[in-house]
Amino acid sequence: MSQSCRTPEGGRVDRAKPIRFTFDGKSYQGCVGDTLASALLANGVHLVGRSFKYHRPRGIVAAGSEEPNALVQVEMGGGRSDPNTRATVVELFDGLNAESQNRNPSLERDVGAVNDALSPLFPAGFYYKTFKWPASAWHKVYEPRIREAAGLGKAPTEGDPDRYLHRHVHCEVLVVGAGPAGLAAALAAGRSGARVILVDENPELGGSLLMESGTLGRVEPGNLAFARRAAADLAAMPEVRVLTRTTLTGYYDYNYLTALERVTDHLPPGSGPDLPRQRLWRIRARRVVIATGAIERPLVFVGNDRPGVMLASAGRAYLNRWGVLPGRDVLVFTNNDSAYAAAIDLARAGAKVTLADVRPHAGALASEAEAAGVALRPRTVVVDTDGRLRVQRAYLSEIDGEGRIVGALGQPLPCDCLLMSGGWNPNVSLHSQARGLLVFDDSLAAFVPGEAPQPNVSVGACNGDLSFKGALEGGAEAGRLAAGAEAKPGEAFGANEPEAAPLLPLWLVPSDREGLRAKAFVDFQNDVTAKDLGVALTEGLRSIEHIKRFTTTGMGTDQGKTSNVNALAIVAAKLNTSVPAVGTTTFRQPYVPATFGAMVGHSKGPLFDVVRKTPIHDWAEAEGAVFEDVGTWKRAWYFPKAGEDMHAAVRRECKAVRETCGLFDASTLGKIDVQGPDARAFLNRIYTNAWMKLPVGQCRYGLMLRDDGMVMDDGVTACLKDDRFHMTTTTGGAPRVLAWLEEWLQTEWPDLKVYCTSVTEEWATMALNGPNAREVLAPLVEGIDMDADAFPHMHWRSGKVAGVPARIFRISFTGETGFEVNVPAGYGRHVWGAIWASGQKHGIVAYGTETMHVLRAEKGYVIVGQDTDGTVTPHDLGMSWIVKKQGDFVGRRGLERPDLKRDDRKQLVGLLTEDPDLVLDEGAQIVADPSEPVPMTMIGHVTSSYDSPDLGRSFALALVAGGKTRKGQTLHVPQLDGSVAAVSVVDPVFLDPEGKRLHG
Amino acid sequence: MLQIDCPFCGPRAEIEFRCGGEAHIARPLKPEDASDETWRDYLFQRKSPKGVHFERWVHSHGCGRWFNAARDTVTDRFLAIYPMGEKAPSIEELKARLPDVGSPRHAYAENRVAPERVEGERP
Repeated sequence: MSQSCRTPEGGRVDRAKPIRFTFDGKSYQGCVGDTLASALLANGVHLVGRSFKYHRPRGIVAAGSEEPNALVQVEMGGGRSDPNTRATVVELFDGLNAESQNRNPSLERDVGAVNDALSPLFPAGFYYKTFKWPASAWHKVYEPRIREAAGLGKAPTEGDPDRYLHRHVHCEVLVVGAGPAGLAAALAAGRSGARVILVDENPELGGSLLMESGTLGRVEPGNLAFARRAAADLAAMPEVRVLTRTTLTGYYDYNYLTALERVTDHLPPGSGPDLPRQRLWRIRARRVVIATGAIERPLVFVGNDRPGVMLASAGRAYLNRWGVLPGRDVLVFTNNDSAYAAAIDLARAGAKVTLADVRPHAGALASEAEAAGVALRPRTVVVDTDGRLRVQRAYLSEIDGEGRIVGALGQPLPCDCLLMSGGWNPNVSLHSQARGLLVFDDSLAAFVPGEAPQPNVSVGACNGDLSFKGALEGGAEAGRLAAGAEAKPGEAFGANEPEAAPLLPLWLVPSDREGLRAKAFVDFQNDVTAKDLGVALTEGLRSIEHIKRFTTTGMGTDQGKTSNVNALAIVAAKLNTSVPAVGTTTFRQPYVPATFGAMVGHSKGPLFDVVRKTPIHDWAEAEGAVFEDVGTWKRAWYFPKAGEDMHAAVRRECKAVRETCGLFDASTLGKIDVQGPDARAFLNRIYTNAWMKLPVGQCRYGLMLRDDGMVMDDGVTACLKDDRFHMTTTTGGAPRVLAWLEEWLQTEWPDLKVYCTSVTEEWATMALNGPNAREVLAPLVEGIDMDADAFPHMHWRSGKVAGVPARIFRISFTGETGFEVNVPAGYGRHVWGAIWASGQKHGIVAYGTETMHVLRAEKGYVIVGQDTDGTVTPHDLGMSWIVKKQGDFVGRRGLERPDLKRDDRKQLVGLLTEDPDLVLDEGAQIVADPSEPVPMTMIGHVTSSYDSPDLGRSFALALVAGGKTRKGQTLHVPQLDGSVAAVSVVDPVFLDPEGKRLHG
Repeated sequence: MLQIDCPFCGPRAEIEFRCGGEAHIARPLKPEDASDETWRDYLFQRKSPKGVHFERWVHSHGCGRWFNAARDTVTDRFLAIYPMGEKAPSIEELKARLPDVGSPRHAYAENRVAPERVEGERP
């Protein structure tokens, strides 16, 4: 059976180019120009999936991206596997391999179909009530089973091998949709010379024109000719960019929109090696013309979900655009005129067509339909259907003017295809995403765009004007105005189309069927029936947002594109109110499912975030350093020698620094050049201590507070000249501190003449610490008297190190004699090497951040952000000595707040465990009485905790309520392993409290 | 994503900016004389109006300069952008600038309110 349902001629497929594809392991033939859906239908395949909950056989409903049912897994090899892809938008290529979803073992015989027979057990919201006992069974039994039984496709298991790109563009006019309205708008805007972008999700321009045979309306001189001419005209305009296969996925603030272009998805894998798979366009448009057309509504009747039941416009599209006859015995069921065109076109193509219209009289197309051989059945509805894997029979009944069934019940009519039309929903999704309001239009029985707060306009069918003439003329006018040109009186568009008779809303088709089989589906994808909506109302839900979540109507990959208005109207009818009174649910981005790859673009792997490396990085890497991330920096964490673990390496590094000397890469420290006549006064306000008298050549440690009195950063600042200072900050705090300084200068003290410049990356900073530090450094130094008295602690000198201009700061974060050598970053590696060589005879070590942490903690030096958390004052840290008594500074008044002066605030203390080998967990809570019943009173937490080779035991820093008065007390710290450690409270300075080593 | 008219650089995407919260919060000139209540209000009390909100923005990934803005929190439209230190425009005047979404011409209106340009040297 090869393309048995392909018509001999007509449509946009190339019958001369047959191509092979595979569905569920079976090989088929299709044509260039087919979608997977049209190719399957050409082969007579309607059964393409099993439904989400009841596992009912399902077919293709639509012909575009609104498809709720025909979801397939497309396998592209090499780890490429796309679940939940709509067969209606998958372009066929040679070798395409697709699998159906949610069936076991096959579509024809699916064990899950037992759910359909058991459906009384699974009403809407059943999972909220059914699987509650015993509670422990949820994770182990219920949830895994439910996930197995209910579902969509399978997530790919391998990394995505494809490339995805982002493009950022601006334009004067963005036109969304290349149907008649969009084409007319793009042409008009383009002719004015504006920068125009036209996007359309189809592979070729034309929109509804591609499926229009002329039965409903013909654009002169012919639909396809018009589309082709428009495409050629647009291609010739240099400022117009046309993006096909591109879906406008999101409309955000200030006319910022995203569009997803499928660049190579329509090609066999590997055929565009230089191209990305998809491209996400991020567009800022001055004005937007929305021309996204309308989506046909299904009718809600019993048995409306069998394979072979589809939208009338889809049946027509498959015939006219793809040359596929979707059935030979076709029943058309409608409440409006548009489906007559499908009936007429299918009858002319050779199908036997019956048309059931809920209305007593049809419009002008009725006589044309009869002439084409269509059997008309006015005031007739479908009350049920038959057919296991495809519709075989429909049951028709007549209705009276009130919509009640009259006369004989359910007269059977054989059919292999049932086309339904419940009217049209203007596609208002983008208008609504842009925060536009919606208005209910009674004549369309649908929502149309109301006020639009952003500069956009909806034209054509998406604005409720379903006529070709309206689309063309409205589009042209909108295009001109959006481009800033003057409106011209109507450009001549010939469009002959019959006058449409009004539609008759029939939201829930009456039926005499009851019980199990009587399922009238509202939302095909989520298996929501009209009854389920009633269940939600019985449960007392009234808000449409609640009803949506309880029943899941309008959720899933199609987001209710075909179901939402039907659901609203059925709810409204059951509540005896109007559709607009029920309201709508929110339209959200993206409009269609979008790949994570496209959203991520290049921002993955090494390009996920900035990686900053110091000039010493390569050396450290060669020495086998293990790195840690500090902000965006890579910092050497520790330098293990062969056979050493982190613990051993850190012990060795610590010992060496205390006994001889160690070299540490401190280049990541934030450095800010502060200069100007008021620089000194500025520092005096920003730091808690006094800066007016700091002489040139000296350094001072400073603590920065927020204005509420809490510590925000710290660092040493050196006075370079009377009006110039070199400020250092924490590694992670550097950008925040610079922004902080700028904020005060610009917004609070604009009278101060101060400039702040980040110089972090200009300098390589090497901290040499230990009793032999001077001996190692001095031989390399020119122009500086390195004698301890001539160059005391907290001073800096300028000279040369290893022949390179350098600033040496005599400061220490270890408690040992310390020199921080600053050289221009480009010389960093050279000077590091020179110090390293000079240190060899002294047994120098390179140490990392972990050793630095241990050494500073032994001295009770805090790390802002580790020992503080934004709720800690200088007084809490025992640093009242740095808070000056006279004059204002940022945070001063904050510190005077009553709550900050309480004695029982959490204060910094040292902790020693009873067991000297036990290293407390950082972050562990501290309690006074371990036998207190739960919930216990937590009085603090461990902030820093290490093993110390110098102390010969473990030690910790902690913040403890009233800590200053608890010295000598025994407290208790519950550990992650469940044990509780007894600790005694001690002073936070564990080593050399007099600071003798510093001054050596 | 909002589009914000930096008075120094022109219209730029929101990701280049940081919002500094409510504008025109005066730091008491003599903090040491401020009562606890005054200092509390200065530190913590902020408005969250539905409608016109005066706020500070900084073009942190651009020129690095601070400026004031009036934004309608309902529509997210910026109604005015003006230099630091300048008085806030009157709310009535700003409300008159709110887009007239009901008018048929609105679809083709300007997407932005041009800021008052700031000339010359920084203070």
